[in-house]
Amino acid sequence: MAKKGPGLFQLIFSLTSITLVAAIALAAMDSVTKAPIEAARLKKKMEAIAEVLPGFDGETTEIRFMPDDGKDSVIVYMARQDGELFGAAVETYTDIAYSGRFTIMVGFDANGIITGTSVLQMSETPGLGDKIDKSKNPVFSGQFVGKDPQNFRLKVKKDGGDVDAITAATISSRAFCDATERAYKIFMKAKEISHE
Amino acid sequence: MSKIKILTKGLIKENPVLVLVLGMCPSLAVTTSAINGLGMGLATTFVLLMSNMLISMLKNFIPDKVRIPAYIVVIATFVSIVDLVLQAYVPVLASSLGLFIPLIVVNCIVLGRAEAFASKNSVLDSMLDGLGMGLGFTLALFTIGFCRELLGSGAVMAHSLIGGKDGILVFVLAPGAFFVLGFVIAIVRRLQS
Repeated sequence: MAKKGPGLFQLIFSLTSITLVAAIALAAMDSVTKAPIEAARLKKKMEAIAEVLPGFDGETTEIRFMPDDGKDSVIVYMARQDGELFGAAVETYTDIAYSGRFTIMVGFDANGIITGTSVLQMSETPGLGDKIDKSKNPVFSGQFVGKDPQNFRLKVKKDGGDVDAITAATISSRAFCDATERAYKIFMKAKEISHE
Repeated sequence: MSKIKILTKGLIKENPVLVLVLGMCPSLAVTTSAINGLGMGLATTFVLLMSNMLISMLKNFIPDKVRIPAYIVVIATFVSIVDLVLQAYVPVLASSLGLFIPLIVVNCIVLGRAEAFASKNSVLDSMLDGLGMGLGFTLALFTIGFCRELLGSGAVMAHSLIGGKDGILVFVLAPGAFFVLGFVIAIVRRLQS
């Protein structure tokens, strides 16, 4: 099958034409899948908002905030129903997790009481740290629901807080508290601004 | 070699994971559950089938000197297509397989079949070979994933048998992947001899 001494031109021509066809095929594929991928992302976000704000049925407005102690902005979805503030879903993150950053959605009602949490993306250890996800184990994230961070210290008990850490996954638990604490601070800031 | 043999040799006799011991990275990393193994296997099967087909078609067009970059471009194109399709239509699977979908590009099974088979054989034979190898890969990943899920999480296809309690955790973690892979290879070897 080896061709005898293909000229430089032939080498360039064959490789160029293959990459050209590949580029065209990928461009076509991208234009077909762009809308569904966007829709899937949006759906996931909407589902997370609905999950952390039970009973909410209305429109959300998006505000981005830069936290003082983090590297990226936190997104607040202010939820209004019948002209009144229902609460907000806050897309927050932590960088002190066991394996990389994880992002979670935390819901607050208008008074700042936690209404629910949902994990958006994480790569914590399966069977240990991944219990921060409600679908894996409802106990850990369940203890946040209905708590007011004013008098519920968002720290694991080992650090002097009120949160029962997951057995053998203190780092993940601590990171979850960190993300929730950040969400709460940002939510209070967002609430202040929206009142003005 | 008969057409049937070309198709079936990848399943057991020359199974890419259990006999040729290729493509270990995804075999160990994504097999935490049976469904992950199945998804990864089928995605790879699609890439193998299409890249084998196209490379066999182009074998007289691609000069020998640039064949490796040409193969990689063909493979990478199909992998990107799979990645986009999964993200668009099966986002749950796409997020649980994560980075390992783009990494099919460097799965040595795919390039290995292109170089060892598709570049020397007819289009139909190459497609059968790609399909057989892909299904063999899928079978191996599914088996490993099934065992790890059963032992590690006490679940079959995400249905828990032990009411949400913990299984033998080590089987979900990385060492468990090696344990299960070793035992599956040993059993296949024993049955073959």
